[in-house]
Amino acid sequence: MSPRAPLPLDLDTPLLVAHRLTKHYGARIGCEDVDLEVFPGEVLAVVGESGSGKSTLLALLASELQPSAGRVCYRQDGRLQDLADLGEAERRRLLRTQWGFVRQNPEQGLRMAVSAGGNVGERLMAVGERNYGTIRREALTWLERVEIAADRIDDDPRAFSGGMRQRLQIARNLVTHPRLVFMDEPTGGLDVSVQARLLDLIRSLVSDLGAAVILVTHDLAVARLLSHRIMVMRRGRVIETGLTDQVLDDPQQPYTQLLVASVLAA
Amino acid sequence: MTCLAPAPHLPGVNAASAVLRVAGVAKTFTLHLRDGLQLPVVADADLWVAAGECVALGGPSGAGKSSLLKMVYGNYRVDRGQILLQAGAQVVDIARATPRQILALRRARIGYVSQFLRVIPRISALDVVAEPLRDEGVPAEAASQRARALLARLNLPERLWSLPPATFSGGEQQRVNIARGFIASRDLLLLDEPTASLDASNAAAVIDLIRAKKAEGTAVLGIFHDAAVRDQVADRIVDVTRFGASA
Repeated sequence: MSPRAPLPLDLDTPLLVAHRLTKHYGARIGCEDVDLEVFPGEVLAVVGESGSGKSTLLALLASELQPSAGRVCYRQDGRLQDLADLGEAERRRLLRTQWGFVRQNPEQGLRMAVSAGGNVGERLMAVGERNYGTIRREALTWLERVEIAADRIDDDPRAFSGGMRQRLQIARNLVTHPRLVFMDEPTGGLDVSVQARLLDLIRSLVSDLGAAVILVTHDLAVARLLSHRIMVMRRGRVIETGLTDQVLDDPQQPYTQLLVASVLAA
Repeated sequence: MTCLAPAPHLPGVNAASAVLRVAGVAKTFTLHLRDGLQLPVVADADLWVAAGECVALGGPSGAGKSSLLKMVYGNYRVDRGQILLQAGAQVVDIARATPRQILALRRARIGYVSQFLRVIPRISALDVVAEPLRDEGVPAEAASQRARALLARLNLPERLWSLPPATFSGGEQQRVNIARGFIASRDLLLLDEPTASLDASNAAAVIDLIRAKKAEGTAVLGIFHDAAVRDQVADRIVDVTRFGASA
């Protein structure tokens, strides 16, 4: 019985790797020295209070912000590529095709003056789909998957409730079967009952698609429900990381213990 | 029946061939919000469980029985020592495994029935039970069949099967939890008071399920507050108080 035998489980290669990722806003620290790996099909939650640097981190990972130091690499065609080496056109193509970004405010993630069907169809056109019938059929399928009635396909999202808008944003992002989805407080600002429905949708869709997700949330119950692993951030740094239920049930750091003790039931 | 020095009682079985070996495990909780108060759980835990046997953790409440199960499941961290699981040809030390390794072990090797069901909004009892099989790649229809059979065996009224368990009674939730824990084949099954909120006939159904698992070769490590239940399933009792910090 040899305790140090290597496992075959870790031969999987990461999809996204960040190394010593740092962002300073002048003298203020956005985030500092963050290392992380995300594997295919894995949901990683980044938790912390507002101002802890989690949204800055997400923007850096999605290459929406330029890091002050450190780098982010993404696996494409079998090799890890530094995102800084990609051209602007290539980065945009990634965002439209292999990546998704679900924002807390659906108005930032949707085109509000375009129909629901158009919002979903637009992403399909970005991956080269040109057949109108196919696009409309696929849009209908996805509206159904996010529980939006088929007869709302021609309505624009301004006529939708907050929960419906958020579901539409999820359909728009997942229709192209992305490999990696960034989510920034996807259930923030919604009623609890609306949240439950949305969480259940995210959970089942992500697992059906096998997408990797980096989820920023301040809500530990959301992290518990959706994520495999958790990273706790404070003042721009990662202070604790591990298996989600382990970090929440046996937190080591004083700040993590405070976070866990501050919620009713996570 | 109590036997503090584990002796091979099944033919050809000993610590060296165990599915699970816990060796020199220590665990203390540090409560930073209470001025760093130290809560020792265990100082030197040693035990093993072989395939096809059931080991019961004994000792008063607060002795660390549930915490030990949680350490074996990878839910609590370990300060010192090894938790070695025979996983096929490999041996994995759960005390040092990465989160991804632990998740992989939970998908394929370790089952755990906690005291309380963690309810997920909008997921039906049937799907809660079938999920471990679905995660293994069993087709939906086959997984659902197995889930139905188990829920029927545990006498959960059929009208409840399609409902999320949030509104179920404690005993009904526990039966969903047990069905979920027993549906898949695992090398190691951890049971935390599986019959605590069940009446006699349902407890008897669980005893049958545990015996069936043992017959399949599953190693079972459990906490059974009901001595009658324990005596019907356990091959050995390991007294956790002897792992204590003061021991």
